[in-house]
Amino acid sequence: MLHTVNKSPFEKTSLDTCLRLVRTGAVILLIEDAVYAATKNTVIEAKIKRALTQNRIYVLGPDLDARGLQDSEIIDGIEVVDYGGFVDLAGEHRNVQSWF
Amino acid sequence: MSIEVNGNVFETDEEGYLATLSDWSPDIAAAMANEDDCDLGDNHWEVINFLRNYYEEYQIAPAVRVLTKAIGKKLGADKGNSKYLYELFPYGPAKQACKYAGLPKPTGCV
Amino acid sequence: MNEIVEDAENPEANAKKIMYINRRAPYGTIYALEALEVVLIGAMFEQDVSVVFMDDGIFQLKKNQDTLALDVKNFSPAFRALETYEVEKLYVEKESMQARGLSCEDLLVPVLELSSIEIAELMEQQDVLLNF
Repeated sequence: MLHTVNKSPFEKTSLDTCLRLVRTGAVILLIEDAVYAATKNTVIEAKIKRALTQNRIYVLGPDLDARGLQDSEIIDGIEVVDYGGFVDLAGEHRNVQSWF
Repeated sequence: MSIEVNGNVFETDEEGYLATLSDWSPDIAAAMANEDDCDLGDNHWEVINFLRNYYEEYQIAPAVRVLTKAIGKKLGADKGNSKYLYELFPYGPAKQACKYAGLPKPTGCV
Repeated sequence: MNEIVEDAENPEANAKKIMYINRRAPYGTIYALEALEVVLIGAMFEQDVSVVFMDDGIFQLKKNQDTLALDVKNFSPAFRALETYEVEKLYVEKESMQARGLSCEDLLVPVLELSSIEIAELMEQQDVLLNF
């Protein structure tokens, strides 16, 4: 299953709920304001690093660019995808769960 | 729109459904039926009273499939089928009976 | 490819597994009411439906709701009507319940309390996930 999250982890609990419900091996894609969860040196970072040991995590490049976030600011292990990559991810999974 | 019963005028929506639930009385139901050239008998009242009780409990009007099933359970299988209910309420059991029962128009198809 | 094989003899075998996921409190936004309406209308299609309440969605099922002073419709009694629509699989997430200090006795309808792990497993089995 592909899980997408689109809310800032500093404002909403969508990411926490996602991480609670995500099964080992499932894939997480951070989009819109959730891309802030992918950045280094935040109170969220440890949580994301823990998740990375069990799940692949992607972040949407155009949403990073728009917010002035560069690749060097992204937690190691998180992969940046463009819109085409988003579509590929959705196509690879039978189900998409959006935590909004 | 409105309907006049015993000298009192009650507001309805453009399809004739009563605007205020608490305005309802059996006389209003009979007057609405009268406008449709329908004479309310005991069989009609069974359904109307069932709908009012259902609404009282759940605050929604049941979909026609739910109504049919529940009527069958409560009043017997010979009444729990759409043929019986359509004969009583030819404009659609949920729609027409809900109108006479003073309930809002049910969501869904029939 | 996943071939969908129609089985006229056994309509249950054709039913899709549809899960509604409710995560918003009632009244503050329109999500909860919209979800309820979709569940009620969707019930007409006789699919294999389940409804999950987690996060603030749990609050939709709180007993003793009274919206009189707000002048909006109290739609909570309609959750008890779900049974008459043959929507019988109602689940709440244990972690969300605990976080909000609620137990099943606080809810207006019988539900099954499942852990996040159990709900994640159910989600995996669905054909369709609908979020509100």
